[in-house]
Amino acid sequence: MWNFRLFPEQASSFAGRYDFTFWFEVAICLFFTFFVSLITVVLAIRYRRGSKVNRVHPPTHSTILELVWSGVPFVILMAMFAVSAVLFVEQYSSPADAAVIDVVGKQWMWKAQHSAGKKEINELHVPLGQATRLHMISQDVIHSFFIPAFRVKQDVLPGRYTELWFRPTKVGRFRIFCTEYCGTDHSAMGGYVEVLSPADYERWLESGTTGVTQIEEGKKLFTQYHCAGCHNENATVRAPRLEGVYGKPVPIQHGEQVEFVKADDRYIRDSILLPKSQVVAGYQPLMPSYEGQINEEDLLKITAYIKSLALKSEALPTYVPEYDVDKDMPGARGSEAEYDVDKGLKPGREAGEKK
Amino acid sequence: MSKKKSPASNSGPESIDLVATSHAPADPVSPGAAPTHQDHAHDHHEHPGPTNFLTRYVFATDHKVIGIQFLVSGLIFFIVGGLLALAVRWQLAWPWTRIPVLSSMMESQWQTKGQMPPEFYNKLFTMHASVMIFFVVIPILTGAFGNYLIPLMIGARDMAFPKLNMLSYWFMWPAFIVMLVSFTVPGGAAEAGWTAYPPLSVFRHSTPGSLNGQTLWLMGVLFAGVSSIMGSINYITTVLTLRAPGMKMFRMPMTVWSMFITALLQAFALPVLTSAIIMQLLDRTIGTNFFIPVGASVANEPGPVGGGQPLLFQHLFWFYSHPAVYIMILPAMGMVSDILSTFSRKPLFGYKPMVFAMAAIALLGFLVWGHHMFQSGMNPLLGATFMLSTMVIALPSAIKTFNWIGTLWGGSIQFTAAMLFATGFVAMFVIGGLSGIFMAATPIDIHIHDTYFIVGHLHYVLFGGSSFAIFAGLYYWFPKIFGRMLDERLGKIHFLLTFISFNCTFFLMHIIGLRGHPRRVANPYIYQFLDNPGVHFMNEFMTVSALLMGAAQLILIYNVLASLVAGKRAPDNPWRANTLEWATSSPPPHHNFATIPTVYHAAYEYSVPGEAEDFIPQTQPLANLAPSPALATSSHA
Repeated sequence: MWNFRLFPEQASSFAGRYDFTFWFEVAICLFFTFFVSLITVVLAIRYRRGSKVNRVHPPTHSTILELVWSGVPFVILMAMFAVSAVLFVEQYSSPADAAVIDVVGKQWMWKAQHSAGKKEINELHVPLGQATRLHMISQDVIHSFFIPAFRVKQDVLPGRYTELWFRPTKVGRFRIFCTEYCGTDHSAMGGYVEVLSPADYERWLESGTTGVTQIEEGKKLFTQYHCAGCHNENATVRAPRLEGVYGKPVPIQHGEQVEFVKADDRYIRDSILLPKSQVVAGYQPLMPSYEGQINEEDLLKITAYIKSLALKSEALPTYVPEYDVDKDMPGARGSEAEYDVDKGLKPGREAGEKK
Repeated sequence: MSKKKSPASNSGPESIDLVATSHAPADPVSPGAAPTHQDHAHDHHEHPGPTNFLTRYVFATDHKVIGIQFLVSGLIFFIVGGLLALAVRWQLAWPWTRIPVLSSMMESQWQTKGQMPPEFYNKLFTMHASVMIFFVVIPILTGAFGNYLIPLMIGARDMAFPKLNMLSYWFMWPAFIVMLVSFTVPGGAAEAGWTAYPPLSVFRHSTPGSLNGQTLWLMGVLFAGVSSIMGSINYITTVLTLRAPGMKMFRMPMTVWSMFITALLQAFALPVLTSAIIMQLLDRTIGTNFFIPVGASVANEPGPVGGGQPLLFQHLFWFYSHPAVYIMILPAMGMVSDILSTFSRKPLFGYKPMVFAMAAIALLGFLVWGHHMFQSGMNPLLGATFMLSTMVIALPSAIKTFNWIGTLWGGSIQFTAAMLFATGFVAMFVIGGLSGIFMAATPIDIHIHDTYFIVGHLHYVLFGGSSFAIFAGLYYWFPKIFGRMLDERLGKIHFLLTFISFNCTFFLMHIIGLRGHPRRVANPYIYQFLDNPGVHFMNEFMTVSALLMGAAQLILIYNVLASLVAGKRAPDNPWRANTLEWATSSPPPHHNFATIPTVYHAAYEYSVPGEAEDFIPQTQPLANLAPSPALATSSHA
């Protein structure tokens, strides 16, 4: 009549299984709704006041009945749990070969950057049949990335990376929503995901771009923000080298103890914005904070560059200091006052906030 | 079946039987005393009520007056919240068109030729939810019915702490005032949603309502929460210490059980909400960073220092707000259980399992808050755990539902207005409960989360559930509270119209939600795939039904006002019910009972074979002490 579809079309690898699980639950719920309604109506009519029915010794309790009508739903629910849990785990474990696209949410738009360099706003081009993982963060408030046709949704938080993956199974344009209420123009925040055949996708990636990849942009920023001045091999200030770091455990000084933390995206972001929170063992907390100076998109680019360094130099030794800090640099630990190197190095912030 | 004791031994030393007010000195009834002796013993407790208008009706310490105060302010805010909802519905059906009355009122402020700006829409749904939850459903269920019924149903003269009770009502007033005033401050009322997720609610420039309105909103919820904490402590103490002689815990009516369990939930969950709200207030006012992460900023402004976690607020909020869902449904369940039993003229099916099911729901209520956050970015393993605990809740819920139906089985059912609403409650609770299973199953939830499916589900529980129970309670206890009968015929018309228009309004929400219609959007039709004749038609149909539902409530308002003035005088026990509130006059005297009653049996002795009447008040011993199915059910160990 209205060309109304109950569900949006199925355009991802788990849309079909999702809908199956859904209808499975609908069937069970419909059964119980009709069962309960039926007996309610039958009992209500049969035992209305004035009807002539046998009311001698009406049932007032029955342990067996109660066990049955709590036990049967319980078993059904556990079956539902099993079915759902399997699908849930799948939704959260992206395949290793998934292509990663960075997405930043802000009031009121979605920005995406492909590693080949292409950027887009409120559009997302993805190749058909290829597992794609969205690596997402919000610049301001909480948003939520929702593609009904793919049956996927994930909140996008400020200050924390979240991920979402899908494998498109249909070429076409599908709606993106923001489904976490995010302020005045929340209704207008959205866009389209455009699924292209792999060949079209390659062509699209190359069209109308300067050819600068995300890693190259990150490298530029790395220099621009003076990261290179300390973290490069020719640096005058001694800072941890970044080659081969990503994905490896890093020793972190925690008071007297050293703890190992995996150098993932979160660690890199935190190290740029809150450098004093996790200082690599054997190094001084000299790095200034870049908080409020680099937006999330640039952080993602810098992170992409640092990630690329991981592949570059596997052989480089990790952070075993070549000399004993306490012996060679007396008073270095615990007396920050003597080290006011921060001054002049910090791009914006006032020095000495830890005092 | 060891309860074949004589009535006198039931009021033995193990039962607590203090007298209930600060006026009356504690005067325990001697265990072996016959009822006639007690009459003398308690004569001197009848105090005249306060005669001064101010102390009698305004600064009242009488639980009945306080209950009525909660009821009246709750019903007034019900109208406010309902009107806000109608404005929301109007915008969804006919976006950006002039709204009757509201557009003319706001014309100068909006400067949009009467079109509602999107931020005003955001205020509407935020305030609709906040008003309905914090000022209507919780205060009416626990504040009004809890206050009025607990002392009467356990045979006490008043609450354990009458002055605290008064304070708990007057703590609502600052909340009422700041919430209403917040519409007039620069930026207007809060618009961060009733869930008030930071950083949206914390950054002052993230949305106009976060400029000032959010601070007032937080103050309002804080006051309302403190009021509930005071109430809950009072209820717990009253139920534990002030029961009439013979009123053992397992002789209490389900209403009292439900209020008691609800009070426990409030006492444990509300402090968490209170602290979360205070933390958010500090974030907003003195620059702490509990919930603001590093690096976040709005509108390209320099961001705050950061270092907090927005997810922390969600955890704290839902740790309260999931139990709050049960705070809003358990009292309804208790009241409905009593009403079903009375009008089926039959004992409640499986009284003790019903009590334990209720306790289980309350306990599990503390373990499932994460199911509101499946896609918030928390660890999927945690998500799976919350899915399991959520599914387990269906177990006690199934017991309750089937036992209500079992109560009808073999009864002699009178379909009064109260009974119709109670039966309607059961039916709507089944739908609301079953649609909840879709949310419990994580992968399904991920698609329907924050869509209209959720809106449909929660209104089935909160309107079809809690509000139907409020209506049922109103029809059932109105004669006791005001001494006048409500018009039954108007009540039945009210039920029929409400029931039909309710289902027409909310059922379709499930369908558009599945299609992907998000909630909290001011205009769904800017999305091409929602700009569909079907979606248009459904939204318009829902709005028309909602307007009808609003109009149907005028019948109730008329019925209440007309009956107050000219209703038939209510007898003491118009429904021929067993519980103690019907053993005193309608309305009850200042200290409830001329003499503190003695309780001889559980509350559900209806249609006991061998008895003259089909009901036996709890104050009246059973004539035939032979074990009967009724007696066995309701008091077996």
